[in-house]
Amino acid sequence: MKIKVNRKGNLERVPMSDTNILLLITIIVFFAMYLAAMIFIGRGFLRFQTFFNILNENAALIILSCGMSIVMITGGIDISVGKLTALVCMSAAVNLDYQGGNVMTAVLLSLGIGLAFGLVQGYLVAYLDIQPFIVTLAGMFFAKGMTTIVNSTQFNVQNEAFVALKNTRIYVPGTGYVNRLGNYVPAYIEIGVVVALAVVVILFILLRWTRIGRSFYAVGGNTQSANMLGINVKRTKFIAYLLCGFLAGIGGFVYFLHVGSGAPSHATGAEMNAIASSIIGGTMLSGGVGNIAGTFFGVLSLSTIKNIVALLGLDDAWWTNITVAAMICIFLVVQSLVLLRKNKNKA
Amino acid sequence: MTASTLKMKTLSIVRKQIFIPIAALLILVVFNLIADPSFFKITYSLSSDGSPILSGYLITILDNASELAILAIGMTLVTAASGGQDISVGAAIAISGSVVLRVLCGDNPRPEEMQASILTAFLISCLVSMLFGAFNGTLVAYFNIQPMIATLILYTAGRSIAAWINNNRLPIISDPSFGYFGTFFPGIPIPTPIFIAVLCMLIIALVLKFTTLGLYTQAVGINPNSAKLNGINPQLVKFITYVIMGLCVAVAGFIKVTRFSTINYSVVAADIEMDAILAVALGGNVLSGGRFNMAASILGAYVIQFLTTTLFKFNVSSAALPAYKAVVVIVLVVLSAPAVREKIGKLRKKITASRLGKEAV
Repeated sequence: MKIKVNRKGNLERVPMSDTNILLLITIIVFFAMYLAAMIFIGRGFLRFQTFFNILNENAALIILSCGMSIVMITGGIDISVGKLTALVCMSAAVNLDYQGGNVMTAVLLSLGIGLAFGLVQGYLVAYLDIQPFIVTLAGMFFAKGMTTIVNSTQFNVQNEAFVALKNTRIYVPGTGYVNRLGNYVPAYIEIGVVVALAVVVILFILLRWTRIGRSFYAVGGNTQSANMLGINVKRTKFIAYLLCGFLAGIGGFVYFLHVGSGAPSHATGAEMNAIASSIIGGTMLSGGVGNIAGTFFGVLSLSTIKNIVALLGLDDAWWTNITVAAMICIFLVVQSLVLLRKNKNKA
Repeated sequence: MTASTLKMKTLSIVRKQIFIPIAALLILVVFNLIADPSFFKITYSLSSDGSPILSGYLITILDNASELAILAIGMTLVTAASGGQDISVGAAIAISGSVVLRVLCGDNPRPEEMQASILTAFLISCLVSMLFGAFNGTLVAYFNIQPMIATLILYTAGRSIAAWINNNRLPIISDPSFGYFGTFFPGIPIPTPIFIAVLCMLIIALVLKFTTLGLYTQAVGINPNSAKLNGINPQLVKFITYVIMGLCVAVAGFIKVTRFSTINYSVVAADIEMDAILAVALGGNVLSGGRFNMAASILGAYVIQFLTTTLFKFNVSSAALPAYKAVVVIVLVVLSAPAVREKIGKLRKKITASRLGKEAV
């Protein structure tokens, strides 16, 4: 906690910002949960591979959630990212297998689709001042319909270069374990994880130390005062949606790299998972508050609790959803109580 | 009447909120008239068990839009009071439908006869739905959580809870009298859901006319602090709108479950929350709360169903349907966006000005 000298010359504690308080809660909860799982469940949770698998499975979600957080920090929302991921997967799959494309064209196509969605949605929200929920809802419908128009059935991609890339494993030295037969099993991560971590680091720096990053917070916190500070509010919002669409393009390809197939049912509900992760990570839908590091831990917390529920043998189909919902509920209530109490102190 | 007053009159109609859904409806009607006038044909025939029924695309639209229209009522109130939307209605419909079946079937998924009267089942499901509405309402009103996020909880858990209520089974009720509510009462040629929807609209119209609900919700939505200074309890008003939403969900869920006498909780009313929010937006209501126009919202619901049925008629597959719907929605919202309207207005002025200028020369 920072200390500063106030006007009277006395030392005074500087209250933490909302962003930092919520970030702190998230990180503590994640570590507490993982530690509890290690102690009480043991088994897989003691291995690095379990943790890496959480990353492997959620690399795409991390990227999507980062985009979502940025949009949420500016006070908007983008519910099209889940279906956009499905569209990217399907388009890339069709490009690779039916149109004779290679990995490079598939990547470019994915990014292009993401950028196109971001461009249109951003323009509609920022410059035509249409409510973001409605614009991205239409985007979601459009992506959903387009996916089946591109191809209506699920199929696995056969393209050799792509399959080789999909199966590339990056072994992390020193994290493996010795199995019952006495063989050393090294732990690995997939390429998508590297991409996701790079995205997290870049966006963290962008949001914390660059002009545009700080503008996102200013616009989300108070549009009018941001305007008075000389920030181009419309352009800032536009860039946020553009970035979110672009990240959905990247996330879509990473998802594709993980599953290796195209299907209309891919990434169902990913937008809600992304929103939930952002909230758990301390981003507030009202704007101006949030942190990429928090979002990263939000995704980890969400998937850890899912893993715990599955390992406890409660996978009676409905338990996962109910637990996740309960977790979001607890987080929201805690956040709201913390902020309420803080604001009461201020007043 | 001079030209200028006529112009003023058309302008005032265009500026009215309800103009947007009416215009959208008119466009769809004209489109269908040109494409295929038989769209509007209503035929009178006898069903397999000899009772008279009316059929035709218009009846289908009125029938299928019932749930959406009822949900639009609750969604409008929720939007106006709390400045956010309830995205849990689809999941909540799954819950309320499951409750109806659970009460009627008991433990046996294929009962010979119903274990309770339909009214009891309906009332219990109303109670359960209102409890879930109260849960959402508590989070929104008393914990000050943004509505979309607060209802995300029920959205995530709702269908799982529905599965749990019926032990993951899909009960079916064989008694035909249960199906009357979702299809036709024998002897009455109009589908029952239409009557239920009209009844709900009448009730909400009376409530808005004779109580202060409408005034209070708008006051709270526009500025909760000044509403508080005027002696309104903003938290209570928000809470009540969510409970009303729960009631609407129960009625919609009842219609859904009686249509097929069973429920598939994982797909029933999928994405209906999106359509309900769309109905509110198409009605020209601001999604950030405040003033609302109930009639426009309900009309918006019928516009959406009209669009869906029109697309189905043109053999658009149900999976590809959302893409076309999205295009229409975007065109509608772009045209009704204030920024675009302003620009069009300026353009028109410029044109008339240049024309006048030419005449002067």
